[in-house]
Amino acid sequence: MSMIEFRKEFFRDERDDNLNEIGKPTRRQDILGHVTGRSPFYDDHLFEGLLHIRCARSPHHHARIRRIDVSEAERSEGVVRVLTGKDVPRNLNTLLSLLDFGLDDEPLLAETKCAYKGEPVAAVIATSEAAARAAVKKVRVDWDVLPHVLDVEEAIRPGAPTVCEVYPGNKFVYHGKYDHQKLRYGDVEAAFRQADHIVEGRYQMSPIEQAPMETCGAIAAPEVNDRYVCYTGTQALFFSLGTAAKVLSMPSSRLHFVGGTVGGGFGGKVDSIHEPIAILGAMLTGKPCKFAWDREEEMQVGAPRGAERWYLKDGVMKDGRIIARQFTGYFDSGAYTRLSSYAIIKGVGHLPGPYTIPNVSANVYCVYTNRTPATAMRGFGITGVDFAIEAHMDKGAEAVGMNPIEFRILNAYRDGDMKAHRREAKNCALVECCQVVAEKAGVRLSGEAAAAASTKGGGGERGRLPAHTVTDQDGRVEGIDTGGYARKGGGASVSVPTPPRPAAPQYQSAPTPAPQQAAPTPAPPPAPDAARKGALRFSSLSGFRRR
Amino acid sequence: MAKKPVTFTLNGRESAAFAEEGQNLLDFLRRSVGDLSPKYGCGQGGCGGCTVLIDGEPHLSCLTLAEAAAGRKVETASGLATGPVLHRLQEAFMERFAAQCGFCTPGMLVSAKALLDRNPRPTREEVIEALSGNLCRCTGYEPIIEAVLDAAGERARA
Repeated sequence: MSMIEFRKEFFRDERDDNLNEIGKPTRRQDILGHVTGRSPFYDDHLFEGLLHIRCARSPHHHARIRRIDVSEAERSEGVVRVLTGKDVPRNLNTLLSLLDFGLDDEPLLAETKCAYKGEPVAAVIATSEAAARAAVKKVRVDWDVLPHVLDVEEAIRPGAPTVCEVYPGNKFVYHGKYDHQKLRYGDVEAAFRQADHIVEGRYQMSPIEQAPMETCGAIAAPEVNDRYVCYTGTQALFFSLGTAAKVLSMPSSRLHFVGGTVGGGFGGKVDSIHEPIAILGAMLTGKPCKFAWDREEEMQVGAPRGAERWYLKDGVMKDGRIIARQFTGYFDSGAYTRLSSYAIIKGVGHLPGPYTIPNVSANVYCVYTNRTPATAMRGFGITGVDFAIEAHMDKGAEAVGMNPIEFRILNAYRDGDMKAHRREAKNCALVECCQVVAEKAGVRLSGEAAAAASTKGGGGERGRLPAHTVTDQDGRVEGIDTGGYARKGGGASVSVPTPPRPAAPQYQSAPTPAPQQAAPTPAPPPAPDAARKGALRFSSLSGFRRR
Repeated sequence: MAKKPVTFTLNGRESAAFAEEGQNLLDFLRRSVGDLSPKYGCGQGGCGGCTVLIDGEPHLSCLTLAEAAAGRKVETASGLATGPVLHRLQEAFMERFAAQCGFCTPGMLVSAKALLDRNPRPTREEVIEALSGNLCRCTGYEPIIEAVLDAAGERARA
């Protein structure tokens, strides 16, 4: 356990707490339950007369639903009820609507079409899992197979099939304005003209399944107080509670969620699909209902870490300095948004990686394809592009004939440098990490690289914003209501009718100083009048907002 | 559906319950008997989360018919402790931080117990071999191996 070495001198701006726990062996508070087999995972709650739910799924990547016939399935032995989209009170949702981000785009159970192979169209509720499996095969769907698209760049070409009607260009729309996330810092084109080398690369990763040992699932049962209890393996208990309350159009006070014991998640247990279906089953049958994926479903329809494709272009000087870096990125969101739009915000905030580069530009697209929707997985939004960046760093080092570790040390952030997203770099320590790596790998560094330090040579000119940053309006989207990008129905193309909902609170920007004022002054405290909705909050998704 | 009574020994105690036709031992133990320590991870014999011992040998209960337990000695992780006294494997797992989410832990423990019962002083390679059918997705294999070796060491001294 003594393998961790703390070099706090490089983190002098951080909290100076003494670390009492990290690096020392300690007992988990839940370990006794784990070693005695008594930790209460969601499926360890037994119910008399438990009903089992399994879904009938699309065999096609993309197909319109002409008709769903569940009559034979309903007559199948042991079947209590068959749910379709018509049974879902509010059958259109996007996960991040709870954060007021994005348009509702995904049904719980598809009604008009399926946009990925494995999308659920009906949920059979039966007295045993075997009976549910048998009945699922008897759900008849009259399909009208549509052309599909499985590649991010093909999906955004003119004439490509529309994957998700809410976003007709197959691209998520950010802030109601742009079909991609932009980062602009300095002028990459001018720098490319001055660079000694131009280094280009294309990087592609595959989707990655979280593959938790415990598959996703939930059990819901009516309580005797007009509430429903829901035992769930969710990683995001309140997120799942909010989502269930929304799609079931019921106050969350009628839902009693029990969770927190999760058999591995790694991001794959935030999508809140099982809870609303299990609760809906309990509502419509009056019986406890379990909805769980088997391993095949976990692998096939469980949302993975999405695939990413990156194009990188660097302008590099002979001495190894990177003077410009340009990114074009495509996140494969699959058929619906889930969390990919947010992954990109994280990713763009991370660019151009931990290196001080005076000219940076990025266009990053959240693209819809007829693949399984993607979602969270450990460091999603960062991991994929870091793979691209670090592979590209090796390529850059090769172009100038430098040792790749020295190339990184030369370009690494120093304390006091300005990052491309206009925050000062602090507590960097990348130089020191590189030096330790070199030592452990037996790589002899040049005197200059060995003497470098993250605390030396930063700031000054490197800490200033560029004198000029080139901006553009590429990808500007017209026709989407910009008054509130998250307002439901705000997209001009939204054609799916949504059931009426209680009036949502209207959010207002913070009061801004009058234009004639010479210098900005702090906003006055809001008057305690009817317009006040709550405390001002900052979110990386939407900036300053009033709750 | 015809139900059959199955009488067997569960963690040293006589036990009996009705098994449904075709019911696997995992479902039988969890739903009919009420021992929730074996876990469903894949239902295909691929992950080892459902491992139980039958007459001392590790078996994947998801691929074993409930009736196969009739008249046999079945051991699960819930029977490892003797009253409030934990098995030394359990102590070692706690000490070595050999569990994160805990879902694979019951299967790991019984596979390790089968190993130590037949080979009280296993080598590291023998521990790895004995646990090779048990997957851990939190990837805590190293502390798990260390915990089993620790438990074996204690046993030798005791």
